[in-house]
Amino acid sequence: MTPLLEVANLSIAFGGLRAVDDVSFEVRPGQIVSVIGPNGAGKTTLFNMISGLYRPTQGSVRLVGADVTSAEPHLLARRGLARTFQNLQVFPSMTLLENVMVGHHLQEAGATLPDLFGLPSSRRKTRATAESALSLLARVGLEKAAFREALTMSYGALKRLEIARALALRPKILLLDEPAAGCNAVETEEIDQLITEIASSGVAILLVEHDMKLVMKISSHIIALDHGRKIAEGNPGDVAANPDVIAAYLGQKGQEQVLHADG
Amino acid sequence: MSDLLQFLFSGLTVGAVYALLALGFTIIFNASDVVNFAQGEFVMLGGMGTVFGIAAGLPVPLAALAAIMGTAFLGVALNKLAIEPARGAPVVSVIIITIGAAIFIQGAASVLFDKQIHRYPGFSGERALHFGGATLLPQSLWVMSGAAMIFVALWVFFTRSLTGKAMLATSNNRLAAALVGINTRYIMTLSFGLSAAIGAFAGVLVTPITMTAYNVGIGLALSGFAAAMLGGLGNPVGALVGGLLLGILEALTAGYISSQYKDAVAFILIILLLFFMPQGLFGSKHAERV
Repeated sequence: MTPLLEVANLSIAFGGLRAVDDVSFEVRPGQIVSVIGPNGAGKTTLFNMISGLYRPTQGSVRLVGADVTSAEPHLLARRGLARTFQNLQVFPSMTLLENVMVGHHLQEAGATLPDLFGLPSSRRKTRATAESALSLLARVGLEKAAFREALTMSYGALKRLEIARALALRPKILLLDEPAAGCNAVETEEIDQLITEIASSGVAILLVEHDMKLVMKISSHIIALDHGRKIAEGNPGDVAANPDVIAAYLGQKGQEQVLHADG
Repeated sequence: MSDLLQFLFSGLTVGAVYALLALGFTIIFNASDVVNFAQGEFVMLGGMGTVFGIAAGLPVPLAALAAIMGTAFLGVALNKLAIEPARGAPVVSVIIITIGAAIFIQGAASVLFDKQIHRYPGFSGERALHFGGATLLPQSLWVMSGAAMIFVALWVFFTRSLTGKAMLATSNNRLAAALVGINTRYIMTLSFGLSAAIGAFAGVLVTPITMTAYNVGIGLALSGFAAAMLGGLGNPVGALVGGLLLGILEALTAGYISSQYKDAVAFILIILLLFFMPQGLFGSKHAERV
């Protein structure tokens, strides 16, 4: 099976700082691939290059076989890539339902004249979109708040709203930037289930997350970054045991302690 | 009493033009956060274009249509040539670019057209109508109903069409709009074209009353900006109310105080608003989560 997403030798430099340095990996349908690393390792920068917000200095991104390096975000959305943000990108003065309805933008094409005159066909289409949006809100547990304005909602709720809106695009691959940040244990459990469900429906997931328990539990594959470089890659058990990964997280001394404990 | 009615008539006529100007400001501001000070030039081009179209032998409707289309095209060109290349620059720099564009358009118009003051006859003749002791030019009715038509048409466009909704989504959060597949660059081009066409339309309607010349744009832009600020920049309803209010205030000042102070009204209003009510009548308070 061809990979949905192929990242090859991707690098970006901000002045002299190589924030991401020669990173390559692949994501296949139904896989949950997690990118881990300490703060400043380049995880979000990597996401921003893949989703077209930053232009890489080197390397390429391929989506379903097509080269999409530096393609604009709206074109990536059309090709089946959706993402969420660590620090939220919602429509603040719209209701949650409207937020998710906007996510249906690409499926609503055409029919300008019936829309302008409010013909029955157009009203049916809008109702179908609203129903679809409502069921997506239900899927992330927000259906009761459907008619509340986004700016009145908590951070945790808006993170789930972003996931619902991203699903409205019917993506082939979903990039989730810290979906469990700011969530309590129960909410994290729900996010865990939600992500697993989405992946089992065939959507590939690329995840940045700091909650290691969550990452270890749901990932099929993990990529560890430190100072912009890929330091390890493999299944959760192998990556967790990798001495470089432990060193990156705990510092050199921590690594020694772990090694001594092993020996 | 008939005095007051007379002032209200002229205030509403000018106010309708300010409302259209403010609407132009609003549409571009919503798409790009840019305050486009070339907005007044669009009004000038609408009027001047029609004048010279008529002089070239075109029937009035055709001359007006050509002026509106030409101005819309210029708005798109302004975005493509001057605004879009500056993407990523601070908003203030882009605003200064629009002031530069306004000066350029004014200069080009003085060469391309001329430096004379022009008008053409009102569409339904020049015989004043009488209402309750006050007079009203039929052209004023054209201006008011034209403005009303534009506002209704845009309201339908924004609430019903997918493109209109995409424009609203873009004004709400540009990045989020791009993420759901909205081409925000196209939205910006469309906003400039639309704002330019609306400005030109206002110019076509009002030139028989106010006359026009190559240099009327800057003054119009400042009044339109004051109207947009009064209503709350970024809100189309605010643009309508702000425009009409400013027009009436100007007319009352001219009538009851002195016509010499008429032009000061807009500027005094801008200063007072910035001091006491920076978000305007209908503006949303700006709170950004970083």
